[in-house]
Amino acid sequence: MTDLTQLNLADARDGLAKKEFSAVELTQAHIDRVAASAALNAYVLETPEKALDMAAASDAKIAAGEARPLEGLPIGVKDLFCTKDVRTTACSNILGDFTPPYESTVTQNLWADGAVMLGKLNNDEFAMGSSNETSRFGPVVNPWKTGDTQLVPGGSSGGSSAAVAARLGIAATATDTGGSIRQPAAFTGTVGLKPTYGRCSRWGIVAFASSLDQAGPITHTVRDAAMMLNSMASFDKRDTTSVERDVPDYEAALTGNIKGLRVGIPQEYRVDNMPAEIEKLWQQGIEWLKAAGAEIVDVSLPHTKYALPAYYIIAPAEASSNLARYDGVRYGARQQGVDIDDMYAQTRAAGFGDEVKRRVMIGTYALSAGYYDAYYVKALQVRRLIAEDFTKAYEKCDVLLTPTTPSAAFELGKNVEDPLEMYLNDVFTVTVNLAGLPGISVPAGLDASGLPLGLQLIGKAFGEEELLRTAAVLEEATGFDAQPQDWWSA
Amino acid sequence: MSVDEKMVRRIANLARIGVTDDEVPALAKELSAIIGFVEQLSELDTDGVKPLTSAVDAKIRGREDVVTDGGYAEDVLANAPEKDDAYFAVPKVVE
Repeated sequence: MTDLTQLNLADARDGLAKKEFSAVELTQAHIDRVAASAALNAYVLETPEKALDMAAASDAKIAAGEARPLEGLPIGVKDLFCTKDVRTTACSNILGDFTPPYESTVTQNLWADGAVMLGKLNNDEFAMGSSNETSRFGPVVNPWKTGDTQLVPGGSSGGSSAAVAARLGIAATATDTGGSIRQPAAFTGTVGLKPTYGRCSRWGIVAFASSLDQAGPITHTVRDAAMMLNSMASFDKRDTTSVERDVPDYEAALTGNIKGLRVGIPQEYRVDNMPAEIEKLWQQGIEWLKAAGAEIVDVSLPHTKYALPAYYIIAPAEASSNLARYDGVRYGARQQGVDIDDMYAQTRAAGFGDEVKRRVMIGTYALSAGYYDAYYVKALQVRRLIAEDFTKAYEKCDVLLTPTTPSAAFELGKNVEDPLEMYLNDVFTVTVNLAGLPGISVPAGLDASGLPLGLQLIGKAFGEEELLRTAAVLEEATGFDAQPQDWWSA
Repeated sequence: MSVDEKMVRRIANLARIGVTDDEVPALAKELSAIIGFVEQLSELDTDGVKPLTSAVDAKIRGREDVVTDGGYAEDVLANAPEKDDAYFAVPKVVE
């Protein structure tokens, strides 16, 4: 039998339908591979028994001719999604051994469509980071490496990106607040889709910055991303910003035809010190889409350079408010104090890591009396200017093409001491969150040292069908099929 | 504007994050660097621009004011660090 962990989601679905293998066999192959992959530290909790139970139930469904859209397909879940009776920590010490008595809407949707849970995936603590180095469970290691140098898998969804790249799950759930799906996808040669804000319910996802957070998948292919989004997206009354809108069949949108599509190239994304290879890949992307019949249009997003500074007010401000709930009273790890205020302060001092403390403190500062207008209101005004840049650009084009990141994956530990340097990773992705738009990173090539690089497509609000259709054409043109060499299996 | 040590202590207190004397100088430096970075925003003229709080142009949905959920105190308390009967337990607040 072929190696079942080599299959993508669509092929595994087809193989199950043709009864070439069973869901239990498919799941067992992934469980075995996960068990041998401790060197990557991608999973923070493995749930093999649960996975096999779910797979057996899927086999029964398939035998009865009642297969659901993701029947029997084993996936990993970012530890930011609450999973009923399965420990959920957001990779923070402050959540202790929190075991939710409920399931997030997105994961519930996936299980209702037949998907199988392999376990919980590592991430930056509370999704705050771009390298997966702030997790309480330690860093994730990128399956790709240069020589003997170990690299980061991107963040905050580094467990998700590493797991898919290393074939420790056919797909994974992830979340994106400033680039946390697309940047790790670019660093690992995988596809990462951040849907429009409001497309997937935030209910049951540990909150970081509520006006920016959005769930999406990391997958091998664009078709797989469409399959995952078909299940993950829904209208949910329990999320007040969930948008009441039908979920189209995203897979059916992949027609392969983008003739006449207008692709915008934002001039402001040519940043200083961008490696020539990335500039070259971007040009190549333009040529690929042109050859497929798209029209290339120069556009301007003049406030791009202000997106990161605005983000580093807005996201910490929302985080400082969201994370106020971790007070050692209702859940998580409590530290004793001399009185209740001291108990709060000691609990939070011990429970939060350095990056989380920094962001909560920046947010608290920006929201405090005397600084609120100068920082928080100002950032929200700039946010509107950034959103309006996109509105104007979309008068001239249908989608935008940009690089996903300003560099390939970097060395573990390289940026840990310099938060600002780390923040610059999100320079091309963060505008999309501020404007609430959908974006996707598609692996497009390898750099001179053999590391994957991604191109990003940005769509109109709720334009996921057009976005995915374009991404699939781009994917086809790249012919990208590189995989990391397996150095980690024990 | 830079964040001095006095400000670090003030913010830490507002955020209910305990900081030791040893941590304060490094925090002042880190927070100042971040504030210095975000101060680029002051270059922009935003007079008359309406703040954008959410990318979704939706009104908050209303619903009938009826109980739709609840009745499982045990689940709610299951993760509590300390509990007493059907209550969360905290250090004494009122003398």
